[in-house]
Amino acid sequence: MLRILVPIKRVLDPQLLPRINAAKKGFEFSKNDKFSINPFDDIAVEESLLLRTKYKDLIESIQVVAIGSMENNKDILRNSIAKGVDKAILVPTKESAGDDISILNECKILEKVIEKTNSNLVLMGKQDIDKDSGIKGGILGGLLNWPLASNAAKVTPSDNGKIVVERETDNGQSTVEMSLPGIITTDLRLNVPRYVSLSKLMKAKKKPIDSLEVALSDEHTDNGKIEILQVEEAIHERKCEKVKDVDELLSKLSETISSTKAAA
Amino acid sequence: MRRASFQRFLSSSGKRFLSQKIIPFTFEKYPNVKRNPNFKSIDSQDIAFFQSILPSPQSILQSDLDEFNIDWMYKFKGQSQLVLKPTSTIQVSQILKYCNEKNLALVPQGGNTGLVGGGVPIFDEIVLSLKNFNKIRSFDEINGILKCDPGIILQDAQEFLASKGYIFPIDLGAKGSCQIGGMVGTNAGGLRLLRYGPLHGSILGLEVVLPDGTIIDGMHSLRKDNTGYDYKQLFIGSEGTLGVVTGISVATPIKSNSVQVAFMGIKDYSSAMKLYVKAKQDLGEILSAFEFMDGQSQEFVKKYRSTTSPSITFPLEESYPYYILIETSGSNKDHDQSKMETFLETAMENELIEDGTIAQDSNEAHELWNWRELIPESCQLNGGSVYKYDISLPIRDMYSLIEETNKRLQEQSLIADSSSSPSSSSSSSSKPVIGAVGFGHMGDGNIHLNIATKQYSKEVESVLEPFVYEFVSSKNGSISAEHGIGFQKKPYLTYGRSKEEIQLNRQIKNLFDPKGIMNPYKLL
Repeated sequence: MLRILVPIKRVLDPQLLPRINAAKKGFEFSKNDKFSINPFDDIAVEESLLLRTKYKDLIESIQVVAIGSMENNKDILRNSIAKGVDKAILVPTKESAGDDISILNECKILEKVIEKTNSNLVLMGKQDIDKDSGIKGGILGGLLNWPLASNAAKVTPSDNGKIVVERETDNGQSTVEMSLPGIITTDLRLNVPRYVSLSKLMKAKKKPIDSLEVALSDEHTDNGKIEILQVEEAIHERKCEKVKDVDELLSKLSETISSTKAAA
Repeated sequence: MRRASFQRFLSSSGKRFLSQKIIPFTFEKYPNVKRNPNFKSIDSQDIAFFQSILPSPQSILQSDLDEFNIDWMYKFKGQSQLVLKPTSTIQVSQILKYCNEKNLALVPQGGNTGLVGGGVPIFDEIVLSLKNFNKIRSFDEINGILKCDPGIILQDAQEFLASKGYIFPIDLGAKGSCQIGGMVGTNAGGLRLLRYGPLHGSILGLEVVLPDGTIIDGMHSLRKDNTGYDYKQLFIGSEGTLGVVTGISVATPIKSNSVQVAFMGIKDYSSAMKLYVKAKQDLGEILSAFEFMDGQSQEFVKKYRSTTSPSITFPLEESYPYYILIETSGSNKDHDQSKMETFLETAMENELIEDGTIAQDSNEAHELWNWRELIPESCQLNGGSVYKYDISLPIRDMYSLIEETNKRLQEQSLIADSSSSPSSSSSSSSKPVIGAVGFGHMGDGNIHLNIATKQYSKEVESVLEPFVYEFVSSKNGSISAEHGIGFQKKPYLTYGRSKEEIQLNRQIKNLFDPKGIMNPYKLL
């Protein structure tokens, strides 16, 4: 039986460009900035729900967990309940995940949550679009000594109690079989998340969000090990050139391709 | 994957549906429309003159002119032999002066996205394409006043303005192709008229070239200016029959930093009306769009999108007879969000809506809009040819037009009975009409009736026309809310305008264009 835990995180709306703060050490947000669930986490939530639709008898529970303040995380937790997860958990912290808590500490908190919820499958986004580090799945696997199937494009439970995962790779696709307990990180192609139904959202508002205190002792924290020195905006260069005919266009194109290849 | 590529992955690809059909010439389809014999045909001397004022060879086209001769709907096809692409006001003035002297007829053309055959030639009129006359002239960041050339594409203007924290006051489905000059010429309406009003209010000044070549520089930037006749209003919606708009000065609103989109299912039309009143009461100052769609229109989009993007799911779990899309644009996210939530929750408690969803992020908002904006394209894919009517009606009577039209088509046995066969199977039936759908800007009392058919036919047309126009006229509506009259609706102008009104329009036309060279055979 699968007891699925989906860690979810609140990030700036993917269409918005984050503003770099004056100190150039991070980002600043205004009260009007729209935040939403990290899109890859949304895919993980959807996949857990799809698994339940397809393999009803295999799923014992689906829980989501967010780290941070209730104010910041209320919406993404409620939406998850409305979409159909069994339970939404908040680990209240003074600092907000992603900004003030290091990724290692975030994973250590998740490790405790997994222990307390007795989860045996973690479905999580392959990366958070605010930090793009893409290492949470790996660190969590290391801490728990659990196997990790990353960048999942298809997830299928097999008859022998294991899970078959098709993974996106640079050159194509690889298929792996993973034993449980384990961790799967989700890629874009896995599914398209559903919308939150208004009627279900109204019901979800009446359901509780569980609070789970997790304390990390000082010896477990790694604060200060990584310091952001500078954040800069990417420079986009656009060049425009006029060509006189198709032949010149083709030769310019092949020139550009070979010079880009050489540079890479 | 980086943020930017994530967006690209999610953005939809609404591509124009290309038809392989052979389109007959307009003059063959409408034999009673005759070429005005006063107009001269183009000869080599004319070409030589145009070459002298347009030195770039790309500015004068004499072959492969289908994209200029055929309209977006593939309904009309002219036989122009010459396309001129000026890039400055002086060039436009020289061209018009010459044409006026020589009695050469002209059609000004923007993005060629018009729906009434107003932007394409009927016979051999010269096409004056403003495509390459497309620079932003200036932007006043304090007053939000944009001054630009006519050929700039709406989406480019929108992107430019967004980078300055402003928006263009009009937004339309055709934003990727339509040009500001053409929007002025047709007085385009679109999706946000409810909030920002028509172009008649936003345009502060125009630079126009009259048919005799006179340049009227009225590029004013004053919101208040009571110093005589407001002649610029005549050019807004003149459909290129009075002169050519060569410069536009437009007041642009500040971009709202909090935009929300909700999509909901409704059980009947009276609930939609009640919901509209409630939206005005609860969301009044932030309401920026209230769009209505009937169930059949969404069935078409579902079918269309299942071919273009199979993984996309419909926003609601169930199907409903009607759908509403609401957009709010405000300045405070938390306030706007709680207003929207309260509005929707009370609307649900009062059973005005059956179910709904609020976009959780901009990608979902964009997706929800797609379900509304892709209706015209979807009608074209489901049927080969679409009859389009763009009607203003009192809100109470809006949907009865769609119901009456469906009833008529059923009585004449031209359409599969919608109650017995869902849309999925109707395209395989032998009936010529695939479906008649209604959608539109409910907040503006503007509904679009689209009838998807396998091909344009006199049989279907005679059932629809003049029935639709008579119906509209009987309810004191307008036969063209935002599409204009063009060539297609010219015979029906009397359904909306009195004899005296039409006479006054003719006098105005004669004053500006005594030789009638500007966009002949259209509007009047």
